[in-house]
Amino acid sequence: MKKKLSIGKIFLYIILCTYAVVTLIPFLWALSSSFKPLSEIVSGAINFIPQNFTLDNYRQIFIEQELFPRWMFNSVFIATVGTGLNILFNSMAGYALARLAFPGKKGLFIIILAVLMIPAQVTMIPNYLILREFGWLNSYQGMIVPSMINATFIFMMRQFFVNFPKELEEAAAIDGLSRIGTFFKVVLPLAKPALAAQAIFVFMGFWNDFMRPLIIMTDSSMYTLPLGLNTFKGQFVSYWNYIMAASMVFTLPVLLIYAFFNKYFIKGLSLTGGK
Amino acid sequence: MNRKYSKRSLQEAGQGYFFMSPTIFVLLIFILGPIFYAIFLSFNNVRLLGETSFDFVGLANYERVFDDRRAGIALWNTFKYVIIVVPCQTILAIVLAATLNAGMKGEKFFRIIYFLPTLTSSAVLTLIFMWMYNREGLVNFGLEKIGLPTYDFIGDPNVALTAIMIMNIWATAPFFMVIYLAALQDIPDSLYEAAELDGAGPIRKFWSITVPHLKPITSFVVIMSVIGTFQLFDQSYIFSGGSGGPDNSTLTVVLLIYQYAFKSMDTMGYAAAIAFVLAIVILVSTLIQRKLSKEENLY
Repeated sequence: MKKKLSIGKIFLYIILCTYAVVTLIPFLWALSSSFKPLSEIVSGAINFIPQNFTLDNYRQIFIEQELFPRWMFNSVFIATVGTGLNILFNSMAGYALARLAFPGKKGLFIIILAVLMIPAQVTMIPNYLILREFGWLNSYQGMIVPSMINATFIFMMRQFFVNFPKELEEAAAIDGLSRIGTFFKVVLPLAKPALAAQAIFVFMGFWNDFMRPLIIMTDSSMYTLPLGLNTFKGQFVSYWNYIMAASMVFTLPVLLIYAFFNKYFIKGLSLTGGK
Repeated sequence: MNRKYSKRSLQEAGQGYFFMSPTIFVLLIFILGPIFYAIFLSFNNVRLLGETSFDFVGLANYERVFDDRRAGIALWNTFKYVIIVVPCQTILAIVLAATLNAGMKGEKFFRIIYFLPTLTSSAVLTLIFMWMYNREGLVNFGLEKIGLPTYDFIGDPNVALTAIMIMNIWATAPFFMVIYLAALQDIPDSLYEAAELDGAGPIRKFWSITVPHLKPITSFVVIMSVIGTFQLFDQSYIFSGGSGGPDNSTLTVVLLIYQYAFKSMDTMGYAAAIAFVLAIVILVSTLIQRKLSKEENLY
């Protein structure tokens, strides 16, 4: 009995390890290429350990492409501000839908659910024209304002607040706090885990977005990193060592966030997946 | 007794609207307004040069979809992509989740590794894979080593879309694996123990307990990935440098919409019409999927 079990387990471990290798190879190959000089890249040699290890590529991408720091700033700024606004506004909307009575609440909730079904491509073209009318093309607000709420997370926050204990708010009301004061001073601090899960997914959405900046940002100084990377590829067609170094710089922040907030990822996934 | 508009309820309504105001603002200006605007655009010929002008053309934009050879190619490519990628990544996700859930040591370690592609942006993943798909790249090196033919993945129209498919199955399956993992952990252990007492082996247990329990979540996963795969854009755009080439082989519907809306003159209205056709295709396929999974549940 015991022996049979361990054979089965070995088989399962082989599956797990094989897939882990399959997952890791592209990343390791990219990482290793980012430390190779161009001569080693074009020689076509297949070796994961660089023969002539160099940090030069990481230095060069900042010299060859002086806009690189600017792209990083654009990405960080848009993702951070956008995430902050999303956390605030989605929670406010979720709270109102869960707790407050006001005319048109049901209709609004149905509209928010319906919006989840509409593919972004339908609103993409009119949004471009509207942003053009506002003079918001090539601007941070053009990227941030249309995405400062998110129907999925409004829905998620509503579910969260529906199950939130009412007694705390009632106690705060007796202490003389207004609704709005209660929300910011009592409710939001206690909602931290839900907010963290939401923050991670919203941040990744902004950080990795390719299509919206492609449409909205036409001036190269306003590019975000994914767009910059794509241009970079066009400029340095066969300089794969530079392209891979730039890719690694771009991926690192998300990996760090993941390393620190790993448990919220799983929580967030089960919250969004559980609907 | 029940005064409808007491001071308190008025105040609460005011608070409600205050809390909803950013959401209502964005909904009106950037979601609901644009939907009606998009309907309007799709019935017009839109000219952007100088003053934006609109010529009402009725259904001409929609009729044009059926005559446009590139629209046909884009729809067919996208359809192929959905039909192949959705089942492959769903099955891979189930197998990985079930394996991870079998009480293995180091589950957390594997989960962290598997999740890497989900974290990485589509732009970076596409660039990494283009580097590996190179003529003298890592993939061809591997194929040669085990005695298989090598390909020009990026330049050959026969394999370019397949190359993107493989990349995306690899990149998205782990995301759905995590969703499955959460569902698997909800299945009570007692069920497996009972089956074990009845003498069921691991494969029997998988088919008789695990698979039926995963049906509702599978329905959700399939709908999510159908919606996602129909909207393929980033990878095709970067892979082909925005052209959908070689020879239109990586041209997807969304890439076509993008090209007509922003890269060619006076075709924005037509692009809006294609976007609606895509929205309807997505809606119909999710409805069909929902119907199928409901019928299955009856038995």
